[in-house]
Amino acid sequence: MKCGVVVFPGSNCDHDCYHVLKHVFGFDTRWIWHKDEDLGGLDLAVLPGGFSYGDYLRPGAIAKFSPIMKAVARHARDGGKVLGICNGFQILVEAGLLPGALMRNRSQKFVCKNAYVRVENADTPFTSECGGKRVMKVPIAHADGNYFIDPDDLGRITDNGQVVLRYCTPDGEVSEAANPNGSVQNIAGVVNEKKNVLGMMPHPERCSDPLWPDLDGQLIFKSLLHCA
Amino acid sequence: MLAKIHVTLKNGVLDPQGKAVNSALNDLGFKEVRNVQIGKYMEVLLDGVSESEAQKRVKEMCDKLLANTVIETYRFTLDSSKK
Repeated sequence: MKCGVVVFPGSNCDHDCYHVLKHVFGFDTRWIWHKDEDLGGLDLAVLPGGFSYGDYLRPGAIAKFSPIMKAVARHARDGGKVLGICNGFQILVEAGLLPGALMRNRSQKFVCKNAYVRVENADTPFTSECGGKRVMKVPIAHADGNYFIDPDDLGRITDNGQVVLRYCTPDGEVSEAANPNGSVQNIAGVVNEKKNVLGMMPHPERCSDPLWPDLDGQLIFKSLLHCA
Repeated sequence: MLAKIHVTLKNGVLDPQGKAVNSALNDLGFKEVRNVQIGKYMEVLLDGVSESEAQKRVKEMCDKLLANTVIETYRFTLDSSKK
């Protein structure tokens, strides 16, 4: 599988993603500079976490106009896979490639901790290894992860199986207490209608290297491998 | 021409900052405060456009970049005395 990690000015999880894709999973992986204008035949484009353009105005608001985003939109339209993690998710919603918006956390604070998420739909290229409402322990680290979508669109994406991850307790119970940021219905990750674009606030690349005991993030990358 | 732009959260979108400031004001004795909305204020200086062009262009700027219309709403005024 051919992968590319897009680097924006201010990306800071790009090396983690590159390392996991290339060294842990052995995918053919290269860097993509945000000023590039095409993705050159990639299967998967990863938009990593960080603070592109310093989060000025709104997270992702300026990055969505980087030249590479036109290529990312074309890639997504043609069925190519796109994975946006944290700031990458924020960029994808700003760009309109995913529904909804990500607002300041309800607590107004940056939240950095392990979170538990339940896989709501295992019928996507990103979650095919996570059947049976699998619960994953994955770190979160964000100030703007409070997912919002208006009630009509919420109904539509829920019915269409686009809500892929919800924050939950370690036992998989989706409750208000397990909601770290105020997201509507504990939503932690969504896919587009065609299910080839996933945005998620948790960081799977931070729990995928076997040097670290937590490996639940591998499920996302194994699913991609499985679908390649 | 100076565009003075206010961006605030839409009705129905929870504004936790506004809520916190509202209760702080109430605690300080400003019992009459019923609602606080926190938003952004931007000033954009424009060159070489008429007022009607500016109306159209600033609206475009807001829709495209300055506001996220999924969660935010905006309003602006134009001050032609500012050069």
